[in-house]
Amino acid sequence: MAFEGLAERLQNTIKKMTGKGKVSEQDVKEMAREVRLALLEADVNFKVVKDFIKKIKERAVGQEVMNSLTPGQQIIKIVKEELTDLMGGEQSKIAVSERPPTVIMMVGLQGAGKTTTTGKLANLLRKKHNRKPLLVAADVYRPAAINQLETIGKQLNLPVFSKGTDANPVDIANDAIAHAKEEHYDYVLIDTAGRLHTDENLMTELREIKENVDPAEILLVVDSMTGQDAVNVAESFDEQLAVSGVILTKLDNDNRGGAALSIRAVTQKPIKYAGMGEKLDELEVFHPERMASRILGMGDVLSLIEKAQENVDEKKAKELEEKMRSATFTFDDFLDQMEQVKSMGPLEDLLGMIPGANKMKGLKNAQIDEKQLVYVEAIIHSMTKKEREDPSIMNASRKKRIAKGAGRPVSEVNRLLKQFEEMKKMMKQMSGMQKGKKGKKKKGLNLPFM
Amino acid sequence: MSFFKKLKEKFTSSAETTEVSNKYKSGLEKTRSSFSTKLNDLVARYRKIDEEFFEDLEEVLIQADVGVMTVMDLIEELEMEAKRQNIKDAADLREVISEKLVEIYADEDNTAEAPVNMQSDGLTVFLFVGVNGVGKTTTIGKMAHQLKQQGKKVLLVAGDTFRAGAIEQLAVWGERAEVDVIKHNAGSDPAAVIYDGIQAAKSRGVDVLLCDTAGRLQNKVNLMNELSKVKRVIEREIPGAPHEVLLVLDATTGQNALSQAKTFSQATDVSGIVLTKLDGTAKGGIVLAIRKELKIPVKYVGLGEQMNDLEKFDPHAFVYGLFSDMLEKE
Repeated sequence: MAFEGLAERLQNTIKKMTGKGKVSEQDVKEMAREVRLALLEADVNFKVVKDFIKKIKERAVGQEVMNSLTPGQQIIKIVKEELTDLMGGEQSKIAVSERPPTVIMMVGLQGAGKTTTTGKLANLLRKKHNRKPLLVAADVYRPAAINQLETIGKQLNLPVFSKGTDANPVDIANDAIAHAKEEHYDYVLIDTAGRLHTDENLMTELREIKENVDPAEILLVVDSMTGQDAVNVAESFDEQLAVSGVILTKLDNDNRGGAALSIRAVTQKPIKYAGMGEKLDELEVFHPERMASRILGMGDVLSLIEKAQENVDEKKAKELEEKMRSATFTFDDFLDQMEQVKSMGPLEDLLGMIPGANKMKGLKNAQIDEKQLVYVEAIIHSMTKKEREDPSIMNASRKKRIAKGAGRPVSEVNRLLKQFEEMKKMMKQMSGMQKGKKGKKKKGLNLPFM
Repeated sequence: MSFFKKLKEKFTSSAETTEVSNKYKSGLEKTRSSFSTKLNDLVARYRKIDEEFFEDLEEVLIQADVGVMTVMDLIEELEMEAKRQNIKDAADLREVISEKLVEIYADEDNTAEAPVNMQSDGLTVFLFVGVNGVGKTTTIGKMAHQLKQQGKKVLLVAGDTFRAGAIEQLAVWGERAEVDVIKHNAGSDPAAVIYDGIQAAKSRGVDVLLCDTAGRLQNKVNLMNELSKVKRVIEREIPGAPHEVLLVLDATTGQNALSQAKTFSQATDVSGIVLTKLDGTAKGGIVLAIRKELKIPVKYVGLGEQMNDLEKFDPHAFVYGLFSDMLEKE
């Protein structure tokens, strides 16, 4: 696929430059070309790319690179800095009105993910900010849109305000606010119908809602897979409504999300959240600097580390470390560890965050089969307590019983036992090496079965 | 006869084709005006063809979401062609540009249009696949309406058991088009619903069975496996089916559409593309890239929000829509 080729080429160019002691103007030109291609292939708008490349070139041939000891690295630093700068360095928070309820309008094209995102945002406001949100179903056009929001409301156990499909969206919004004031809701989230930015009637409807409810936030929901047109959409919505921020959806896909950069560069509006999956708790605060790496295909180490910290129980990690050192690591510990890694999200996503992972042989197109993990679990669960603690007692009839219990062939049981033994050996060696520098080990990143 | 004249003649020869091309013209209003205005601007600005000219042409095409690799190949070919035919005038190259674009659109196997595999008798099964929010359910609604108008007996299967409200959405479309919908409860096994749909279609003597599926991102391996299973169920129950596996693509999508086309093809052997929301976006160039890189033809296009705004894809009409400004100037 074209795209993988580009990411690889970019990394090769970077690699070539990293080792260089001196950078010629030709080198800079070549680098700029590769960066340009990578950005274009990531769907960054071509005008934005043009300005960006100009800036990079200016800085790269200037003093700061030529006088540097490692000009190659210096250039990469410039690219990342400029990209992060363009993305808007700081994270941005959601508004709170002085007098509740805080009204939020969700707007965007059809199919961007407004309704799902409305539910996710309400869930986040309740869970992380401890607020009381009201969902408002103002999409009276798309068949079953109200039904969709109501179902989401039920799943989250959150109230949904609706007046059916015959009501006027402006009236729905007004009545919802009145209802929210009476019932002391903190937030009112209005899910509006998807519409084209060029549809004058529907855009007028949005302006009317806005004038009536005076929202603290108008959030533009944008599909992260959007191409060059993202700029037109964002500009147009912003011109007509003065959007206050952006939510990027479907970012759990394998796209580069260059649209994020374009929208940011053109509208100067912050991207506040990113949709990371179909489940209703998969809405994350947007980190501009990480997006910069993603667009360039440089991986996302920060996210990986944070994910590990979030999900790995520190006490358990300590215990595990102790066990590894004393080599009393059992199958039960192994299970524990597997659980922790699994809670960090799909393995494939984790791999995607490791820089250069797409370059490693074997990992390049690795499709990690999560089922294998389920099989491993099943095998371990089929062992007796004694077997888990001391696998050395394993004999043919025990193995046969385990295989039968797990519904897997004996050969798989054998393989797991062998891997487990090897792992233990490795741990012994590792802990031996580590004795000198205690505490330096990265916790949570010991993934024995990867 | 020049290439443009031929195209023009083709579309003014009969009343029926004129109607079709008018629909394309209005649906593609924005596409056409922006793309060919730019192309004309470009040609007007440059009298001589030089490196700068090709650089700007590259930008025009990239902005239409054609894709970097496709554009670079195309530019290279154009440069060669310009040298070969000794074209120095930018205006003369305009024709070569559109000729090359048509070549990719229409002349892949020397067939202008990719026919839709509709059985003349017996059951025809279409399976609709795609990522979230591209318009699968809406497309099925529109298609059901049109087939019904043609006097076919149509049945819909609500295979999207995952997304909240999806089953109800299809049910509303079923009511509008006055066709039956087979559905299970939300959260049930999609393969089982599809199986029931097939059995119902067989016993009710249905002509066309349209199967909806849940939107899924192509990098979710287990969801793609689920889709393969749905397809296997259809294959097993009806030899030769599904007769079409249609990947629904949002025309607003950028380069990721290529990845979608590739991965969905691996899972379900996509036979054609439905390009939706072409009335709203200013671009449609990704079709060119997909056709060139993956050889998958576009079979239908969504050109608006009305029941009738689903058209069979006609590459010539499409290109005519893109270039009609230029054609009329000749």
